[in-house]
Amino acid sequence: MIKVQKPGLFTTVQDMGRFGYRNIGVPVSGVMDVCSATLGNRLLNNDSRAALLEITMAGPQLQFTAATHIVITGALMQAAINGVSIPNNRVIRVQQGDVLSFGRPERGIRAYMAVKGGIKSALIMNSQSYYFPLTNFAHLQKGQELDCEVFDGNINDLIEIKPNNDFLFSSAITVYAGPEYEMLNREEKELLKQTFSVSTLNNRMAYQLEEQLPPNNYSIITSGTLPGTVQLTPSGRLIVLMKDCQTTGGYPRVLQLSVSGICTLAQKKYGDRIVFKME
Amino acid sequence: MSKAAEKYPISISPVGLQSLLINWPKRIDEDILKDIICFGETISKKLAIACEQLPAYHSLLLIFDENIDTVKISDRLLKLYESMEPCAMKRRLWHIPVCYHPDFAPDMQLLSSQKGMSPQKIAELHSSPVYTVYGIGFLPGFMYLGGLDKKLYTPRRKEPRQSVVKGAVGIGGKQTGVYPQESPGGWNIIGNTPVKIFDLSRKKPCPVRIGDKLRFFEISQEEHKLLEIEVSAGVYKLKSEKYHD
Repeated sequence: MIKVQKPGLFTTVQDMGRFGYRNIGVPVSGVMDVCSATLGNRLLNNDSRAALLEITMAGPQLQFTAATHIVITGALMQAAINGVSIPNNRVIRVQQGDVLSFGRPERGIRAYMAVKGGIKSALIMNSQSYYFPLTNFAHLQKGQELDCEVFDGNINDLIEIKPNNDFLFSSAITVYAGPEYEMLNREEKELLKQTFSVSTLNNRMAYQLEEQLPPNNYSIITSGTLPGTVQLTPSGRLIVLMKDCQTTGGYPRVLQLSVSGICTLAQKKYGDRIVFKME
Repeated sequence: MSKAAEKYPISISPVGLQSLLINWPKRIDEDILKDIICFGETISKKLAIACEQLPAYHSLLLIFDENIDTVKISDRLLKLYESMEPCAMKRRLWHIPVCYHPDFAPDMQLLSSQKGMSPQKIAELHSSPVYTVYGIGFLPGFMYLGGLDKKLYTPRRKEPRQSVVKGAVGIGGKQTGVYPQESPGGWNIIGNTPVKIFDLSRKKPCPVRIGDKLRFFEISQEEHKLLEIEVSAGVYKLKSEKYHD
């Protein structure tokens, strides 16, 4: 079991998502940076759908009540066991009573803590992913206890890898033309090539960008949206939808991020620069 | 009734590498909605690859688990559409109780003075039509209802409310709907339903489907209170019947 001594800023249990309910308006949710989360589970030989902790900006303090193995992936956030720093992307053995803590985010803002066998929690509509009010809480609470299996064995075959994950921390984001891209005029298409910065409004639902396009009169009939859909509002604001986004929207969908592009954006915070690279 | 369904000029385009968007002509039209639902059923039965379907108004978004050959699957979908047989629509008509009392209707006075109509008249006009569910989105169980009486068309509020209560019944432009949970919102609130459109404790959390029909019926404050108790005790069952065109 894992005791939550401090919950951190916004720590959630996530798996790959809540599939099959978007037709009744339920967001897909799931890990924001699927690239880092998948790596964590793979290093532990977990099922690829095993639930893990998504840690945002300021990490939690967690105590393990039994031995197990963990891996930290994604953002570099000064992870430490009993105050001794541990590297990302390496299988770490933890003992009963060990305390995992985090410091400042040094690179990226979302880290993942995968645990051997995955976090065990209630399946709600076939997923463990936190999404309030489907789940009782939006994020971890102080004093909460998370179940996981005791693992006292050895993982010898996969200890540490040096993943090629520089793309997560670069500004380049691979995108495709969205369904309404062709609605844009030449000037607007050119403006999409500029460097954008992330506004203060960035969370699991959406990332709004600071720089705006000129105001417009485009409108569409409400239609399906996806994580990674870039919407253009009448005031010219660009909104990149993320994993907890609503399932439908009425703004033109001008771009669509690639899967790896969503991972890269998920590592960005207020003020970070991004450039869309059209495939 | 079983006349051959009209075929529309549909277009299919990829959205990234794992999704396809199918568009029908850009208008709000119940025959188009039925065609979309019928095509969705055809896809579930005949497209060999599993996908999630997200229908709304004049479009159907297909979401696959992995990267797909978008050209090949688009071709396959077009052929499926050409050879599609008419579907027997299985639709339900839902009866949703609404209390229009001023306590539940913060925007009723404003609407009433704007339109020069009594609140009672507004309640009557709102609870008369048989609405069509053109989409479910925005929030779990939030229905986009078409069929609002033209006299009730009202632009969204300039400043959305930070918090609209659960069950609030609102008008936004040409649409009406129910907030299934507390949330921010910009629609004009004219009433409240004590029933839950979305309820996790049900086997089917949201039994209403796109294409279904819905009517509101007026209840008093006392009835609202009573139903609220029934709902929280888990003994209230949403009222519905089969709907025939």
